[in-house]
Amino acid sequence: MRVEDEASARSSFYATRPISRDNLVPEDPVLGLVAFSSPFDPEPSLRIEQGRVVELDGKPEEEFDLIDEFIARHGLDLTVAEEAMALETVEFARMVVDPAVPRAQVTRLTAGMTPARIAATLALLTPVEILQAMQKMRVRRTPSIQAHVTNRVDHPLLIAADGAAAVAHGFRELETTVPVFRDAPSNALALLIGGQVAAAGALTQCSVEERTELELGMRALTTYAETVSVYGTEQVFVDGDDTPWSKAFLASCYASRGLKMRFTSGSGAEVLMGASEGKSMLYLEARCIAVTRAAGAQGVQNGGIDGVNVTASVPDGMREVIAENLCVMLHDLESCTGNDTLMSASDIRRTAHTFPLLLAGSDFLFSGFGSIPAYDNAFGPSNMNAEDLDDYLVVQRDWGFEGGLRFRPDDELLPLRRLGAEACRGVFEELGLAEFTDEDVDACVRAHGSLDVPPLPGDLPGIASERIMAGGLTALDVVRALSARGFDVAAERVLEMIRQRLLGDILQTSAILDEQVHVLSSLTDPNDYAGPGTGYRLSPERRQEVARVRQVWAPADLAAEQVLAEGCIDLAEIGPARARVRPDEIVVGLSPAFGVEIWTALNGMTVAEVLRQVLAGIEEEGLASRLIRIRRSIDLGYIGSTAARLSGSSVSVGLQAKGTALIHRADLPPLANLELFSIAPRLTPELYRALGRNAARYAKGAAPEPLLLPESSEPLGPRYHARVVQLVATERRLSSAAEPVELEATWPS
Amino acid sequence: MAELSYPLSAGARNAVRTASGKRVSELTLEAVLTGDVTADDMRIAPETLALQADFAERGGNPQLAENLRRGAELVAFSDDELLRFYEMLRPGRSSGAELDELAATLAERGAERCAAMVQEARAAYVRRGLIA
Repeated sequence: MRVEDEASARSSFYATRPISRDNLVPEDPVLGLVAFSSPFDPEPSLRIEQGRVVELDGKPEEEFDLIDEFIARHGLDLTVAEEAMALETVEFARMVVDPAVPRAQVTRLTAGMTPARIAATLALLTPVEILQAMQKMRVRRTPSIQAHVTNRVDHPLLIAADGAAAVAHGFRELETTVPVFRDAPSNALALLIGGQVAAAGALTQCSVEERTELELGMRALTTYAETVSVYGTEQVFVDGDDTPWSKAFLASCYASRGLKMRFTSGSGAEVLMGASEGKSMLYLEARCIAVTRAAGAQGVQNGGIDGVNVTASVPDGMREVIAENLCVMLHDLESCTGNDTLMSASDIRRTAHTFPLLLAGSDFLFSGFGSIPAYDNAFGPSNMNAEDLDDYLVVQRDWGFEGGLRFRPDDELLPLRRLGAEACRGVFEELGLAEFTDEDVDACVRAHGSLDVPPLPGDLPGIASERIMAGGLTALDVVRALSARGFDVAAERVLEMIRQRLLGDILQTSAILDEQVHVLSSLTDPNDYAGPGTGYRLSPERRQEVARVRQVWAPADLAAEQVLAEGCIDLAEIGPARARVRPDEIVVGLSPAFGVEIWTALNGMTVAEVLRQVLAGIEEEGLASRLIRIRRSIDLGYIGSTAARLSGSSVSVGLQAKGTALIHRADLPPLANLELFSIAPRLTPELYRALGRNAARYAKGAAPEPLLLPESSEPLGPRYHARVVQLVATERRLSSAAEPVELEATWPS
Repeated sequence: MAELSYPLSAGARNAVRTASGKRVSELTLEAVLTGDVTADDMRIAPETLALQADFAERGGNPQLAENLRRGAELVAFSDDELLRFYEMLRPGRSSGAELDELAATLAERGAERCAAMVQEARAAYVRRGLIA
């Protein structure tokens, strides 16, 4: 067999990469596997006779399916339709993107456009144009973020502790669901309690089957709902056991109880259900969003929700996902922009899915960031999970976008987790729903996930749920129980959530409550982006909060680290450095802070040990050594060059306190060298010793031994550069316009 | 309440009443603990929804306003009734006559907008073969 008949080592390597576990497919419009512009998409059209829509996107009235008819009767502003549909598609596309065209002008025109026209407009936009448009078109000025709070065993105390942590991190909507359907009331109750202990005003929901979800809402055990699904083809809509009218009625039911509610759609669902009618994903999604607006729901969760992996499998899939998010914004609806399903085995690819949206901003950047570990996510892993939180916070710090979250160290977080777990325990016990032990609480306070907590007896969440439902318990009972157990602050906050549903402010588009329970919505916090210098910007206080992450390394930490090895060597100055004492010597030149204020090199060795190894290497080759300190420069080339010119053999070793080392010779220009160890963090005692030996061999005219650093692809810059800056600053501070001095070293035992 | 402005939570807690007639400001922790507040007091008033509908209309979303007005009509119905009506509107659940009856029930109790919506649904369901 020829070499060319086998897979190359490189392609065999690629086969092992996570990206190779993702399955991608060619476009196939018949199956609906096409992101934008299927050949089967209709030509945009709208015919109105005597104030009645008689043709919509190529279909005459008598052929309307349920979706066409619902949009035609309720979804179009006929007073602007003629003007809107007369616009050239590209002209409207430019208005959507151009910051100088006011947002309100775009939403006014969109209200008179058909789904096919809007889909055709969005198909013209590049990714950056979509993002630019989003910055202007999202409804709320202040972006926010939603969390998933679930676990694989429906542990109520863990849900409460995780709910408290989620709010502490900045999430303003919390969504739970169940692996076991009958546990839903217990989960909803636990989240309601946990969600109010860290701060006031977070909205909570429990995503289950429509009827149960509504019932939980009616009892005020939840404050909003989101899992009201709509679809882009009639077949799939009916398969989902609903019609646009039943969904619109459901929307009104939620309104009648003062509950915030949004619809859910998202491309890929129709393809997965095998009934896409050959239409493009974006066109079908544009229909879903038109139905949502027509039904009077205030917002949409979309952006490839459960179907994201279908959308992701076709070319332009991710551009389609942000285009459908933008489509929601054009309709002046709350955008809750997906990112709630792990879309790739590749970390690079899944990050690339989410990142552009973070820069542009939306009303809810995630319709469920997994605030719990991926294994505990009862929705299935989100595109980002608790494991990724620190990465998210650092990226938020890097770019200065509003990601909605903040770092909370353990000393702030654990007391809040305990409060959540204790309050939940108190309510469950006060209401006779279940009993817990102190060990249960302690484990939930500290837990990363449900694998860290002792199993609950029997069917505790199921039995508690039955009691909640059979006893007709409502949020008022929760208020009383919290107060009876001494949790008056949480009681007052849960009561405030009841008052909010009586006031109805959160029924307006994009409404959330901030931690002072001020409502931020389309009416109080409208997006006013109109180009540079306008729109949402981080306040100075928020910027400071964003800057505070776990990985920030305080300069004081370096001082503490250096103090540990202080005095590991004593370098006494014994007079001005002398030139050329003997031909068999190597002069070792040390930097200004070496063994003065810097005692530990970047690789963790003490400077005493670094120097001892170099000197031992020189001695092994039978040469003598002499120590001098260079004070005029911190540059290693200058240090080595100065030492070489003072050396009897003309050869020197230069050492910086952080551990960078080289071999120099008097006849070379200062910035040249014979050998250089530039990657100080990866040096070993053996390498320093070998460096000393090689210096001696150069002096003797013998061949040096080849020195190889150990293999590694670890990125050293991010790990060490901040520290290098501090060490270099110390070297600089100790440098002076002084001549080199000779040193005598002693190693305290 | 026509002079009240959005958000009602900011300045209108005294003016806004629950469906049961209490002022929202009366729902204090103390009142809950003494039993002066019951589950009946947890329901938003139709007038409040009408007010929010006006805010939505002025904010440029007539469909949201319409939904809130339908919601206002439904306040008086019990949870069980609403769940039953919703079930009846699902595809293939009801005959034409049953949907007529539902519309009549809604209209009788003042839910004119919802009744009209049910009638519209009935016609669409008949045309698309979704009648039981």
